[in-house]
Amino acid sequence: MTIALLILLPLLGLWTILASSLLNAAIGLAATSATLTLVLFTIESPLAGVFELSVCAGLITVVFVSAISLTSRYTDHEMAERDSSRRKRFFLLPVLMAAVGAAFWFLGAEQPVLPELAASAAGEVREVIWTIRRLDLVGQILIVLSGVFGIVVLFKSRKECRCGCEAKEQLP
Amino acid sequence: MTPSFGVFAVFALLLAIPAVYYLIVGKNLIRILISIELLFKAVTLLIAGAGYFSGRVALVQSLIVTLILIEVLVTAIGAGIIIAYYRHSESLDATRLNELKG
Repeated sequence: MTIALLILLPLLGLWTILASSLLNAAIGLAATSATLTLVLFTIESPLAGVFELSVCAGLITVVFVSAISLTSRYTDHEMAERDSSRRKRFFLLPVLMAAVGAAFWFLGAEQPVLPELAASAAGEVREVIWTIRRLDLVGQILIVLSGVFGIVVLFKSRKECRCGCEAKEQLP
Repeated sequence: MTPSFGVFAVFALLLAIPAVYYLIVGKNLIRILISIELLFKAVTLLIAGAGYFSGRVALVQSLIVTLILIEVLVTAIGAGIIIAYYRHSESLDATRLNELKG
């Protein structure tokens, strides 16, 4: 089961990169996140899996779709030009992936499974977050606040004056 | 049966290759952001595998949560910058970023 999901991951990654439209690429990224979630569940990391599914497959996809919806369409001529240049640039990628994958597989993937496996996760995560990584939590909160501030600054809307003078910036 | 850590490492590398390839040859800013996201996924897979095989699943899960948080912020701010650039120049071409005065 896990190995099938692991094989699916790079294939979805490849599809994400090679998808012709941006929307398909965003959906490919969401599918990659969903598959990674399943991998995380199979290796006893359910909390990380839930975060991955809700935030990465959900929220980030919404952010990407919103960003894509704010752009305009390609003309037919631009689309044809872009497709031909994409074929030239990306024909090497699947070959490269197959070569690197085969090389590393034969070099070092066949190591034995380590005997020391995790017993449980759910209860301990809380302990780790509130004891060992307590200081990190403060850092995370600061990161979130700075991120929110950054987004507010970036999405400032411009409002023109009635007299037609220089545009004045205003928060949303 | 769970594969070994080497298998996890190989598949994390295979997931990272298309992302790095696009970062090198790609021009579209939104796709570049998507590639960075794919790189985050590869790192998440590697960290999760390392935690599982070393028996430190709890610590690794808390690290992954932090990683996801940073991932979201990178995406949100990156998307904001891209949209601001698009409104300014009507283009998503990364090579044209050099034309800005800075």
